[in-house]
Amino acid sequence: MKLYDGWKITIGLIIFTGFFTLPIWLNLTSAESKVKPKLVYPEDAKECVEAKDYMNHFHMDLLNRWRDSVVRMNVRYVVRNGNILTHNGNKLEMSLTLTCLKCHSNKKNFCDQCHNYLDVKPYCWDCHIEPKGGSR
Amino acid sequence: MGLGISLISFLLVLAVGWIAGIVPFLKVFFMAYVPYVALAVFVIGLIIRILRWGRSPVPFRITTTCGQEKSLPWIRQNKLDNPSSALGTLGRMLLEILFFRSLFRNTRAEFKDDRLVYSVDKWLWFFSLAFHWSFLIIFLRHFRFFTEPIPSFVGFLQNIDGFFQVGLPIIYITDVLILSGLTFLFLRRIFNSKVRIISLPSDYFPLLLILGIATTGVLLRYFFKTDLVAVKEFTVSVLSFQAVSQELINKLSPLFAIHFFFVCTLLIYFPLSKLVHLGGVFLSPTRNLANNNRMKRHINPWNYDVPVHTYEEYEEEFRDKMIAAGIPVEKED
Repeated sequence: MKLYDGWKITIGLIIFTGFFTLPIWLNLTSAESKVKPKLVYPEDAKECVEAKDYMNHFHMDLLNRWRDSVVRMNVRYVVRNGNILTHNGNKLEMSLTLTCLKCHSNKKNFCDQCHNYLDVKPYCWDCHIEPKGGSR
Repeated sequence: MGLGISLISFLLVLAVGWIAGIVPFLKVFFMAYVPYVALAVFVIGLIIRILRWGRSPVPFRITTTCGQEKSLPWIRQNKLDNPSSALGTLGRMLLEILFFRSLFRNTRAEFKDDRLVYSVDKWLWFFSLAFHWSFLIIFLRHFRFFTEPIPSFVGFLQNIDGFFQVGLPIIYITDVLILSGLTFLFLRRIFNSKVRIISLPSDYFPLLLILGIATTGVLLRYFFKTDLVAVKEFTVSVLSFQAVSQELINKLSPLFAIHFFFVCTLLIYFPLSKLVHLGGVFLSPTRNLANNNRMKRHINPWNYDVPVHTYEEYEEEFRDKMIAAGIPVEKED
């Protein structure tokens, strides 16, 4: 079998195969490919502001709505049917620092676990002070 | 007609993906084994197609070029559109592969007041460029699901792609571009009668399939979310040849199964269809050969050895008779 411009085609095919199978090589050669995120949930609080499944998928959406509501409308408490909702005995305030981080105080063991695993870089901490791990 | 066949094929793939997503034992088969088949068919199939092209000889330089060729020193050569050197050819190939130079020359022909009128038409170039680049960037962005640790270019691409920070999860520019690009390419085949008449099922089907991949991807990202941590555990396991547990597969939503099966179908369909232009574009003989026909001798590779009788030999044989008949000879002795 004669291959015209054989060495050029061979180099091209090697680059293509190498690039396309790159994830396989990266996974096989890295020890971290078996590391999975481990979330540490708060022990003292029993329930979150919404169901776990909803928070799992839509927490960013909720935070975004809270941000808009507080910053743009100056509405600070979650109101449903004309009443301010309560959560763990307190009025439910739409605040990342005062509500979310009160229970989930350890960013490293909670937020970062999945965010780092999936390369999500939320811009929460452009404005908010990053909790430096540990419990308050 | 072609559209009908493509639509039915696409709906069949969709149905298979959906059934695979809800029937437990099929789900294991489609999630844990089909991707290996798809990857193997894609890589090996593409290599076979390229090698088959590589075996065809190119007898001479095809000079369908689009600019002034290298000529007299006071005539300016168009070095990119009609290169005579290897460097110029490389430039032409880069323009072709990265920016679709040939498509930029696309024109539209139509009748206006019973006269055939040609006009500039850049829309096809724009939307296909937008689609192809978006597809590449989206594929590269998906490396965040493919490997652990994640290569650094992923974060860089995500930052640029989500530059406008609209919505949350941030809407990616490429998501908008790929959907609009594919929609344009698809509608063009339906509403442009001159294109529709030459369109075959193999033209519609890949557009529908990639449209399906992009749509399910967008739905998964913004609307019907799946457990992303499970998705990544699953893909990393598949891409490092580890066994995937039943429990993990159960966590993946049916919509993700459809998205995943679409991608596997695309990988298998790729080397069997027109989509191999991914590799074929590198082998376009009108683009990758320098126009140096008048500087170098190119010998047709399928020439066989012809027994020739040169003039020198001829004269040697008949010199006496030629001199006798008064025919001039080159060498008199």
